[in-house]
Amino acid sequence: MKNNTLQENKLEANVRCKDVSKIYRQGDIEVHALRRISIEIQDGSFVSLSGPSGSGKTTLLNLIGGLDRPTSGEIYLSNLRIDTLSSSELAQVRLDNIGFIFQAYNLIPVLSARENVEFVMQLQGVNAAERKERAYEILNAVGLNGLENRRPGELSGGQQQRVAVARAIVSNPEIVLADEPTANLDSKTAKNLLEIMLSMCKERKVTFIFSTHDKLVMEYAERLIKLHDGEIVSDE
Amino acid sequence: MLKLAWRNIWRNSRRTILTVLAIAFATSILQFFVSIQLKSYDAATKSAIALTLGQLQVQKKGYLEKPQIRATIEDPLSLESKIKSLDRVEHTSIRSIGFALISSEKRSYGLQVIGIMPEKEKLVSSVSGLIKKGEYLDSTSTNDCVIGEILAKNLKVDIGDEVTILGQGKDGSLAASVATIRGIFDSGTKDFDRVTMFIPYKTFQDVFSMQNSAHSIVVMGMRLKDLEQIQSKIEELLKNETNLVSLRWDQLMPGLKQSIELDMSAGWIFYLTLVLIVTFSIVNTFLMSVLERSREFGIMLAIGARTPRIMGMVVIESILLTLVGIFLGVLIGSGVITYFSIHGFTVPGAEEIAKLWNLPIRIYPELTIRVILTAPLMILTTTFIGVMYPVLKILWLKPLEAMRAT
Ligand SMILES: Nc1ncnc2c1ncn2[C@@H]1O[C@H](COP(=O)(O)OP(=O)(O)OP(=O)(O)O)[C@@H](O)[C@H]1O
Ligand SMILES: [Mg+2]
Repeated sequence: MKNNTLQENKLEANVRCKDVSKIYRQGDIEVHALRRISIEIQDGSFVSLSGPSGSGKTTLLNLIGGLDRPTSGEIYLSNLRIDTLSSSELAQVRLDNIGFIFQAYNLIPVLSARENVEFVMQLQGVNAAERKERAYEILNAVGLNGLENRRPGELSGGQQQRVAVARAIVSNPEIVLADEPTANLDSKTAKNLLEIMLSMCKERKVTFIFSTHDKLVMEYAERLIKLHDGEIVSDE
Repeated sequence: MLKLAWRNIWRNSRRTILTVLAIAFATSILQFFVSIQLKSYDAATKSAIALTLGQLQVQKKGYLEKPQIRATIEDPLSLESKIKSLDRVEHTSIRSIGFALISSEKRSYGLQVIGIMPEKEKLVSSVSGLIKKGEYLDSTSTNDCVIGEILAKNLKVDIGDEVTILGQGKDGSLAASVATIRGIFDSGTKDFDRVTMFIPYKTFQDVFSMQNSAHSIVVMGMRLKDLEQIQSKIEELLKNETNLVSLRWDQLMPGLKQSIELDMSAGWIFYLTLVLIVTFSIVNTFLMSVLERSREFGIMLAIGARTPRIMGMVVIESILLTLVGIFLGVLIGSGVITYFSIHGFTVPGAEEIAKLWNLPIRIYPELTIRVILTAPLMILTTTFIGVMYPVLKILWLKPLEAMRAT
């Protein structure tokens, strides 16, 4: 699976959406969450998605991450078209190529920070010794050395999000998708997290796409995509 | 994975402890009941065998179904000595059995009169030890008899009183005699005590014109596991006498086995109910725990875990939880059974039932492998099946919906 996906043929455009629409149906009501969106995101870029509530940020991230399928349009990660894959193929793509950071409660509460990070590698079949080494290394890189054996409940919100970043990045994904990763953090902690994400992005040449409401957070972005009512209104 | 499952169990420690206690409680109760039940059957069969059945009898074919006085074994003494000389056979005795009207001064009853050889009979039957009043027959007895306590009460007779025996001999002649009551026994089995009279074999042969024939050769003192082997040896001896059969105790009294099986199935219904209640509580625990962790499962799925993995984790959790409960239950149950195996257990208010079954009132349960394993295996099986319900719910989880669920 891994071989015919992304890792071997890195192209310039890492994410490509072509005329992507998403319509949610609730009884008689149709919600057009995304309307014929087309974007390309370059390898290794640090991209922010912003827009008012309900503008479609989460929907777009879910589609790119293979958690949902578009109503119409095509989505490519590198040159692999993912909107037509089966759920189990998608699960494999997510495991191998995508890291996720959610707004909150990202972690498995009964596992320590290190075990949470190791969990993804375990799914990938990495052996125990290597898992441990890589987990320590990445937790160190996000500034959590000394806290490796704490459980999520014993960490602050910012620390938990840093563990989530570590978990997202440790599997060597192509893309990390973060849906409002700073929404539950104060601005100082938020900035700190963004700095860590940016350095991971640069050091490891991983594409980061994150959504946010926060002007401060947007400042870190190299590219700012603004959505409104399911359409892209600016891209700079 | 095991570690993850183990920690997950203890997330809601209060709920887990309650569930574990429920499992432990059910396990120990079940174990205890099974031990008492098995021991009672054991006691019931043992006492029936000791009282009249013997472990094995040789009879004329068809005698069991239709005990006619003409259905006899010819030259029983020589066959008896052949059987006795077989390897691993300990004790044998010969009986003749007839039906007669027994009358005291006041009353008459129809019943079975059994002619026995007192010295040999002592070794194959427990009746000699159950004498409540007077004495058992001995080799010098001629016109003496031993009767059941209830029969004595019914006839309104006591030791030393005379009764008349009136029946039909083997040759169709009138069989009539007078016997003095020498002993009264109480076997605990009412039906037996109401209709049984023992007289000396020699007297029986005379009174009932038996000549050189009898109705049964009783074999006793074999080890149970040798029984079928010895039976086939005896069958070999009987090859030339095609009209004779050898019957084991369970063949002689199929009703005993049937009533045990019936009682067993009644017991199973009770056990099953208990097991189902416990299973229900386990299933409920896991249903809640699966629902509560919806978001967590959603995140696991989102980052690339597969559904079977999560299902497997929950199955392991349920097995671990059940094992903890069972382990605790086995400890408690074994302790309780061991205690009662030493001190005995009286089923409260069960004296009547005990009498009916001819059981000792005090039961000393035994801690056997069967007793230990029955309850745990039942609970483990039903839990495993029951937990499939919450586990299968995981199958329908989609990462996004699951994450949204909280
Ligand atoms: N599962 C769903 N079923 C129906 N409608 C949905 C669903 N998810 C999202 N929507 C609708 O689609 C539109 C876009 O939602 P989305 O969550 O993508 O917005 P968002 O930009 O992430 O908003 P927020 O900033 O509040 O997180 C909204 O109108 C929303 O109500
Ligand atoms: Mg959103």
